[in-house]
Amino acid sequence: MASSTSRAKPKMNLVQEVPSSPQEKQKDAENVFGKKTLTGAEIVIQALVDNGVDTIFGYPGGAVLPIYDALFQQKKIRHILVRHEQAALHAAEGYARSTGKVGCALVTSGPGATNAVTGLTDALLDSVPVVCITGQVPTFLIGTDAFQEADTTGITRHCTKQNYLVRDVHKLSSIIHEAFHVSKSGRPGPVVIDLPKDIQFAPGSYTPPVKTDLTRYQPRTMPDMSKIEAAVEMIANAKKPIFYTGGGVINAGAEAAKLLTEFVRMTGYPCTSTLMGLGAYPMTDSQHLGMLGMHGTFEANWAMHDCDVMINIGARFDDRVTGRLDAFSPDSRKIHIDIDASSINKIVRADIGIVADATEAIRAMIAVWKKKKYTPDKSALKSWWKEIDTWRSIKCLNYRQSGKIIKPQYALERLQAAINKDKRDCFITTEVGQHQMWAAQFLKFDKPCHWMTSGGLGTMGYGFPAAIGTQLAHPDALVVDVAGDASILMNIQEMSTAVQYHLPVKIFILNNQWMGMVKQWQELLHGERYSSSYTESLPDFVKLAEAYGGIGLRAETPDELDKVIVEMMKTDRVTIVDVCVDPKENCFPMIPSGKAHNEMILSPDAEKFDKTLV
Amino acid sequence: MTRKSLQDKISVYGAAPVSDPIQSHTLAVIVDNEPGVLARVVGLFTGRGYNIESLTVAETDHDKKLSRITILCSGTVHVIEQIHHQLERLVPVHYVSNLTLEGPHIERELALMKVVGKKEKRIEALQIAESFRAKSVDTTLDSFVFELTGSPEKIDAFIDLMRPLGLVEVSRTGIAAMARGRDGI
Repeated sequence: MASSTSRAKPKMNLVQEVPSSPQEKQKDAENVFGKKTLTGAEIVIQALVDNGVDTIFGYPGGAVLPIYDALFQQKKIRHILVRHEQAALHAAEGYARSTGKVGCALVTSGPGATNAVTGLTDALLDSVPVVCITGQVPTFLIGTDAFQEADTTGITRHCTKQNYLVRDVHKLSSIIHEAFHVSKSGRPGPVVIDLPKDIQFAPGSYTPPVKTDLTRYQPRTMPDMSKIEAAVEMIANAKKPIFYTGGGVINAGAEAAKLLTEFVRMTGYPCTSTLMGLGAYPMTDSQHLGMLGMHGTFEANWAMHDCDVMINIGARFDDRVTGRLDAFSPDSRKIHIDIDASSINKIVRADIGIVADATEAIRAMIAVWKKKKYTPDKSALKSWWKEIDTWRSIKCLNYRQSGKIIKPQYALERLQAAINKDKRDCFITTEVGQHQMWAAQFLKFDKPCHWMTSGGLGTMGYGFPAAIGTQLAHPDALVVDVAGDASILMNIQEMSTAVQYHLPVKIFILNNQWMGMVKQWQELLHGERYSSSYTESLPDFVKLAEAYGGIGLRAETPDELDKVIVEMMKTDRVTIVDVCVDPKENCFPMIPSGKAHNEMILSPDAEKFDKTLV
Repeated sequence: MTRKSLQDKISVYGAAPVSDPIQSHTLAVIVDNEPGVLARVVGLFTGRGYNIESLTVAETDHDKKLSRITILCSGTVHVIEQIHHQLERLVPVHYVSNLTLEGPHIERELALMKVVGKKEKRIEALQIAESFRAKSVDTTLDSFVFELTGSPEKIDAFIDLMRPLGLVEVSRTGIAAMARGRDGI
């Protein structure tokens, strides 16, 4: 949100050269600005650099002008100008989730901060490490209802892991260092630093980051070995086991995903993942049953229901996963590994609860399994797989592609086929709704950190800015935002950002002219009364893309689809692909609310769907 | 169909669970004495729908800038366990102790009570105060302010007795609590 002052400065945001005499260079090594004393704004930049930040997403305004001025005078940090503060946060999330680093955002006071709230909440619910610096009115004006004043720490207290209002410039650097430590340690999350304008101007002392083990926030990462041993024994003796893995494995880093794959293969047990956990175990592997939950696969949900030992690593028994709680996996003993102690026993009682980082816990389990020379019960496992294969043979994701109308599932399968042929590393982001669930069902992820979607908060408008953040972190990669026609409009203004920074993000819109998921619920549960779910007056997405300076493509029939996808893969600019899909198609299979995993509805049953039941 | 059951049937969320019996537990929470810490703790209770019955806070270590918050909260065993873990998760929280679970402990509260009356009522109030070992800290010809320290139950009992004798105002501190025995937090 620009105040009048920032609007009145139509100067190009060029990077100014720092003087480079040998003497200057020596000082330059000490801090970014080559000065003895720094202002608060310069301290911010120095602290960000020292915490490994190379990209920051933001939008200027009156209360952050000193920081923008400092940004202008350095070249260590690249500032990406978004077009709405919510997008700054989502872009930082995309950056963070695709790199494993902390994402960073910079917004002004008042409306800048309140616009950031959705992104912060999204990062909180999906445990994404993000540090957001918000400008604030000068300390002497706080509490006076000053221009663009909002109680940012008050507003963001519930949607951040921790937040700070800086009142003393001398504490600024240590607060920023702690913010980064808190954001990425333990269960990651967003942290807000609210920085009054007078503190940004004030000269202060800078202290470099200290060793993180000296700071007050020290979450537990190492597992209790006696519990690990008990868990491994339970796993080894299981007759119908299942691994249920979540975003915690992704957050724990690439090593955790590697160890998980090793452990699952070692045991030969089936594995299913939550929406957030896709990619930790290769989805193309036969031991993976696909996603579980409300729109998960038939086999994954039935295996969860009928299992005798459930090994939950880094998932949190979300209500979209468990279905009816009192009928959730009734006959199983449950092992729950989570870095957040409050996740254990929050919703489902765990027989063995282990507070630990996923990497450490899985590594310890593998060690115990090897040391005790455990082997799985071969005959039990064989009959368990036989049961699973019967569920699999139902082929719950089947759909019928015939005639001139593109089925959304078909579009995604063709997209996957094109991705398979492409040599580039591919990252997928999504918006929220039917297209998101179809993407989770039909796209295959074999690596962690390549799938970014808003799971906990379900934020429409997440995918495009997240794709921008991802593309900036991986300039040579293929980044596709699978979108819906309604969701994409929630942050469509970021087309400007993508054009400005030459980001060849692909927006793959499954356009059914409806808020598909809302329509689906209205059809199934509210007597087909489609209250406000038809997205009337949709823009012409091809012309829209062109108006922004991007490329627009459209596929209306199945024949055009492959050609358009091939075209899309070649574009060097932001590209919108408007795929006109069947508006009648619903997302199945589905666990209706208040039902158990074994009461899933399959798509051919949709006709017979008993609407009075749900 | 009642409103509740209709909601259970068509809500996108499942039905509300049937609850276990409600208990009251006393938690001692050691926190950094920094701006916003109390809001953070109290906000956690409102945000997650937990109940606070009593809350006391004051700085207990000036050099280390530590405060102690004593919270009497109520909920099912499951909810209280959640409260414990959720509190531990907060960055400025150093330590949480569930005194109710961790063995015998002492709970004390201080109350000031203003009783206005004359003649027999005044005499009777003074006699009862004496038997409760309440101190009279302010006296006029027709009023007393009593100071009483004790368990919340004792203060409740005293207030009940004072009510017909002209009780006009009560101020209570909320409880301070500590485990018995030699071990400290």
